Amino acid sequence: MNFETTIGLEVHVELKTNSKIFSPSPVQYGVDPNLNTNVIDWGYPGVLPSTNKGVVKSGIMAALALHAEVEKHPHFDRKNYFYPDNPKAYQITQKDTPDAHDGWIEIEVDGKKKKIGIEEMHIEEDAGKNTHGNKFSYVDLNRQGTPLIEIVSKPDIASPDEAYAYLEALRERILFTGISDVKMEEGSMRVDVNVSIRPYGQKEFGTKVELKNLNSFNYVRKGLAYEEKRQQRVIMAGGEIQQETRRFDETTGKTVLMRVKEGADDYRYFPEPDLPALDITDAWINEINDSMPEMPASRRQRYVNDFGLKDYDAMVLTQTKEMADFFDAVIKLGADPKMASNYLQVNVNAYLNDEQKDLSETEITPENLATMIKLIEDGTISSKMAKKVFKGITEGKEPKKFVEDNGMVQLSDPAQLQPIIDEVLSNNPQSVEDFHNGKDRAIGFLVGQIMKQTRGKANPQVVNKLLMASINK
Amino acid sequence: MDYLGKDIFSIHESLVNGDITAEELTRQTIENAKKNDEDINAFVVFDEENAIKQAQEIDKSGIDPDNVLSGIPVAMKDNMLTKGVLTSAGSKMLSNFKPIIDGTAVAKMKEAGTINIGKTNMDEFAMGGSTETSFHGKTKNPWNLDKVPGGSSGGAAAAVAAGDVLVSLGSDTGGSIRQPASFNGIVGMKPTYGRVSRWGLIAFASSLDQIGPLTRTVKDNAVVLNAIAGKDEHDMTSSNKEVPDFTANIDKGVKGMKIALPKEYLGEGVDKDVQDAILAAADKYRELGATVEEVSLPNSKYGVAAYYIIAPSEASSNLQRFDGIRYGYRSQDAKNLEELYVKSRSQGFGDEVKRRIMVGTYSLSAGFFDAYFKKAAEVRTLIIDDFKKVFQDYDVILTPTAPTPAYSLKDEKDPITMYMNDILTIPVNMAGLPGMSVPAGFSDGLPIGMQLIGKPFDESTLYQAAYAFEQNTDFHKQDPKMGGAQ
Repeated sequence: MNFETTIGLEVHVELKTNSKIFSPSPVQYGVDPNLNTNVIDWGYPGVLPSTNKGVVKSGIMAALALHAEVEKHPHFDRKNYFYPDNPKAYQITQKDTPDAHDGWIEIEVDGKKKKIGIEEMHIEEDAGKNTHGNKFSYVDLNRQGTPLIEIVSKPDIASPDEAYAYLEALRERILFTGISDVKMEEGSMRVDVNVSIRPYGQKEFGTKVELKNLNSFNYVRKGLAYEEKRQQRVIMAGGEIQQETRRFDETTGKTVLMRVKEGADDYRYFPEPDLPALDITDAWINEINDSMPEMPASRRQRYVNDFGLKDYDAMVLTQTKEMADFFDAVIKLGADPKMASNYLQVNVNAYLNDEQKDLSETEITPENLATMIKLIEDGTISSKMAKKVFKGITEGKEPKKFVEDNGMVQLSDPAQLQPIIDEVLSNNPQSVEDFHNGKDRAIGFLVGQIMKQTRGKANPQVVNKLLMASINK
Repeated sequence: MDYLGKDIFSIHESLVNGDITAEELTRQTIENAKKNDEDINAFVVFDEENAIKQAQEIDKSGIDPDNVLSGIPVAMKDNMLTKGVLTSAGSKMLSNFKPIIDGTAVAKMKEAGTINIGKTNMDEFAMGGSTETSFHGKTKNPWNLDKVPGGSSGGAAAAVAAGDVLVSLGSDTGGSIRQPASFNGIVGMKPTYGRVSRWGLIAFASSLDQIGPLTRTVKDNAVVLNAIAGKDEHDMTSSNKEVPDFTANIDKGVKGMKIALPKEYLGEGVDKDVQDAILAAADKYRELGATVEEVSLPNSKYGVAAYYIIAPSEASSNLQRFDGIRYGYRSQDAKNLEELYVKSRSQGFGDEVKRRIMVGTYSLSAGFFDAYFKKAAEVRTLIIDDFKKVFQDYDVILTPTAPTPAYSLKDEKDPITMYMNDILTIPVNMAGLPGMSVPAGFSDGLPIGMQLIGKPFDESTLYQAAYAFEQNTDFHKQDPKMGGAQ
């Protein structure tokens, strides 16, 4: 029997806002428990939520990045449940009127492109965190009220590889909007997965199994691949898939039964009466749309088509929005794209790796890098000198001034170089003779002498040209 | 000091003239209220220390002659957050709760220079119409100690009627300011939904709750509403509509005013004495130059049924936060977390609150939501449309506030009968409109109130109509006898 697989992904993205979604408490990590909380986060009697407009804007940005239709009059709903990390005993979310719906993103697997639909995306608040000691349990509400966007895919994903590609594409697009760090290892991106299989041709979907503890894209792919096979084995053996939640075991690469679902949870959703429905105007959507950063796929296309970069280079440059923005800025300042691409990928990336820093944390600016590249292009400095200049840039030095201060200007003026060449030639008649006798090596020696005389500042290309002319006279 | 026969303006004059200091006034006010409380139990707690300290500060800086509220003692309903002062919402669940913040209305009253002397009794979590479900015991009606004061703001109304204070703030979800005002022969205003911030009001039903003043006179009421109304950034449901001076046109009379008299509000279930009082009020308005005509509000009769789905549904969610963990009552005999939740809530909440939590939980449950909550929300829209239609042609709607005067404390009451007592006030909350109760008669020595309902954010016209009636009648001049039925 042949099967087809259907995968559903629910991705939670944590937004990078200054304050929480419904309270003025700061969103910030690594501080003492319950420090970033106030009466609203505690679910104090008599308090009311106030919607952070920045969160709504982020929601619209995410919608636009995922080609989704923005809901014009979204309201919030309450999802009711008791849990210690949920002090109001309800979560404010959107059920009836998600922030946006019917979007899509394009993925590519084995050279084949495919559109994956997005059912809906909604904004909601995160809960606090429970930790358990040996005698007591502890509740930290710092995370309570952190804004989240949940993005729900349509049942278009048909393989673990497609799921992986979808997550990559989704992460990249959200990253470029700047609304989230989308880092799974830091919890700013979380993925819930469900998967079912059905015999080819069958109309109805198979029974869904939920997978938990998938803490990287790779684990998502591995967990799905294992689960796909497991379900096939069960069905082939005449068994039935039950609706259950399974835990992915990172060490064995297998999924293990956590619990069987008995009936759906009843969250008693109803419209949040403390928050009036929002009024999202077309004017606001357009304004946000106009200020949306260019998405990575479009940038890659531009780099390849307009600048003649290789696909691989374009990919490396669009790993982060910071790098891509930096690259664009350098080009805009008139630097050669290929050289800029090269310097960013080699020198800048090596420096970032060594220093374990993000680009924004360094002294390197697009202006300084562009200036350096232009100095190379016009022959003022050699690429060898550029290494020193680059070091200067990382210390915040302006390249032109750095070159002057360090007497690094390359000697390219024939009027200055010619007397030196003449002198070297007259001092080394043996080498001149060797050259005329066909020993090309002699040229290397003569160039070396000239470089020595100029303490390495002579422009090798100009020296070569002048030397050949002089020696052949 | 008792305030029978007095108002804010007369007391303000005494303060400005130096006949009495704010401190003396506050001390005497508390002394008198404590004495009265032996009979009526209107207060849950007095905040003597802070009140006197505040009065001393006002005396030091001097009474502001341009601010009639400066130095006036007031009282707050027990569901309004008062910093450092018990705020129990009439419940065992919060019997030890002293908030760390003031609610917006409380803070605004403080800024206006009023002195809060204490918290008034109420039905537990404002669920009830008789103040009999309070953890702190029943409040009695000053007009007849065998009668209920109404509710849920029963303590607030009784305190004003007994002359304890000139002003108290209450909250009204389905009639909880207007009905006790009616039972106590005083003026009670439920402003338009969104007029007054709900920040710091312990929520019962968020889409219906509204804070408002209870006072001895119409003008006092307008002055106090001016002090507490307005947009509050803490409450997104508060309106940024401009707040006019509610006293500006208060004495302009009702000549040419168009008053609607909905026939459904004078029908079966409404006492004959109450009907007569309202018809007499209609005649009084005609006499004063208004037009009064019968109209129909056909969907109002579904108001109670829809309300008793929407309000408990919201309440069931709002009251989930009371779990014994972070504040309030905690059961001492729980063995694990779930037991702690269950026991704290089982022991901390009273029967009426539990009943409504159960009804609300049921109405919101999967499979029942469409038949109950959603249907009720649709009915709500019909009620709103009814009012809209009438307000195309009329300025004010006149109805009784409650179908009966205050009933007996001893009567056996089943929940449905109690719920039906709100039949005339509930539609106003459902539509978010302003409504007020004004003294309009007596029946066997017990006050009868008339309800005036206005267009959204048109409290000014209500005050104008109420003031004209008050100035041309004597009902508000009578004082309770503070005794049992003879």
